[in-house]
Amino acid sequence: MSDLTINTDLARKILTSFIHTELSRAGFSKAVIGLSGGVDSSLGTYLAAEALGPEDVLAVRMPYRTSSPDSLEHAQMVIEATGVESLTVDITPMVEPLFERFPEMGEIRKGNIMARQRMIALYDQSAAFDGLVVGTGNKTEILLGYSTLYGDSACAINPLGDLYKTQVRQMAAAVGVPEEIIAKPPTADLWAGQTDEGELGFTYEEVDKLLYLLVDRRYRPEECLEAGFSAEFVHQVVRRIQRSHFKRLMPPIAKLSDRTVGYDFLYLRDWGT
Amino acid sequence: MQLTIALSQINTHLGDVDANLEKHLANIKEARGAGADLLLFPELSLTGYLLQDLVPTLAHRPSQEDPAFGPLLKASKDIDLVIGFVDEDNRHRFYIAAAYLSQGEVLHVHRKVYLPTYGMFDEGRFFAWGDRVQAFDTRFGRVGMLICEDFWHASPPYLLWLDGADLFLFTSASPGRGLTSEDRLSVARWVEHINQAYASLFTSFVAHTNRVGFEDGINFWGGATVYDPNGVLLARGPYHEESLTVAEVDLNQLHRTRARLPLLRDERTALTRRELARILADKENDHP
Repeated sequence: MSDLTINTDLARKILTSFIHTELSRAGFSKAVIGLSGGVDSSLGTYLAAEALGPEDVLAVRMPYRTSSPDSLEHAQMVIEATGVESLTVDITPMVEPLFERFPEMGEIRKGNIMARQRMIALYDQSAAFDGLVVGTGNKTEILLGYSTLYGDSACAINPLGDLYKTQVRQMAAAVGVPEEIIAKPPTADLWAGQTDEGELGFTYEEVDKLLYLLVDRRYRPEECLEAGFSAEFVHQVVRRIQRSHFKRLMPPIAKLSDRTVGYDFLYLRDWGT
Repeated sequence: MQLTIALSQINTHLGDVDANLEKHLANIKEARGAGADLLLFPELSLTGYLLQDLVPTLAHRPSQEDPAFGPLLKASKDIDLVIGFVDEDNRHRFYIAAAYLSQGEVLHVHRKVYLPTYGMFDEGRFFAWGDRVQAFDTRFGRVGMLICEDFWHASPPYLLWLDGADLFLFTSASPGRGLTSEDRLSVARWVEHINQAYASLFTSFVAHTNRVGFEDGINFWGGATVYDPNGVLLARGPYHEESLTVAEVDLNQLHRTRARLPLLRDERTALTRRELARILADKENDHP
């Protein structure tokens, strides 16, 4: 019922072509990518390197002092395997003054600041390297809203946003991402011991099957119960999708004139190219 | 009679007719070099597909005076052409259209009659609905042209068949969707199935071409095909790549297939018309 298996050769062809085409049409030939050493950004780096050539891809590692040393090592494995350009920017001295200014700050606020600081460093490298930021958020996290707005979700193009996490893993294996990166527990690595699945309260394997029915197959929530999912789980996920929808849209503009950006001023980004 | 059909699956520049025209002329030259008698371009080949507010700025008239059609009509002196474009009528309604050009003349213009306006599609918002489905005569026999969603419905191909079309020319700008474990997107599989079915059911030739490339995040899958009156695949273009696919078509196959399988002879059009009239008149059939 929930067979998420994909033809990775076909996906690879479409996605590398997408990266190359959309960057070229925007007038660029290079990409900048935030490489955490997790499976999403590793796959993004492999695909960008294949699409553009490794010399035209800059992978930026942006650790914080509590970041897991494994992350840096895994990122290094990807950099060496793909041959992309690389840079390490420690964000610790950039974010700590803000943490100190508000000592009561909890983990969520700190995590958001780190994600947004990485965005600032990445977009600065975008200008320095003359490349566009390639995002690596997957369909699961986009639907669940499991990202920081204007932080890790900020990008010029996103080749992975229509692949569920389990499909990202399948793709990663097919393009040669090292097995230890694919197999490790996914984490935003915003604080020690954080894991996505611990924070979300369910596994990607489980939620991907449910999201696939709800979104791709257009099952109604009650049909998901018949398909064997618990009412509590279905309710929790449906609510999460609904409550995070603002993260998937541009902010609404209050309409006043006869022609307003977003409502009746409609052009693609690729306009004229 | 032998006919060499070339199917162009090009990428287009969104809203840049000059750049697209240049590519058309290069493709025409290549097709002529390959000995083609007829060259099909995809839906909206002169403009690109997801035009939105660009539509009114990109309309062309298929005439000698038109800056895009002038050179194309000239190029049609020794190869017949099917061109996809935005057509504007005298009262400024805009249509998705396909023009058949032959020996410097416009033989026929088809305006798309089914505009998908659901899911990812929004054609009905930007275009007017065409209102005619007509076959027309060419130097290769009687032809029927349809554009993408037109042949997702069974009635337009059926009408063309009854109007005498033996050669169906279908064009698309079909967005790729439906990634599964199969070797092609599910939309590609679907379109191939129905085109093979039309060829078989109507014992006719069905040629289809579809564009490639991207518009923002939307890919177009290519995969041009030609099926013969037995439903046999004569040629297929690659998926997701620009290409010119050339197929040799033996039009005498119509005679051989229909001698074996007289589906056209036995088609009961009077019965169809009677039952259709009854069905449409019968309010009880207007199921809630």
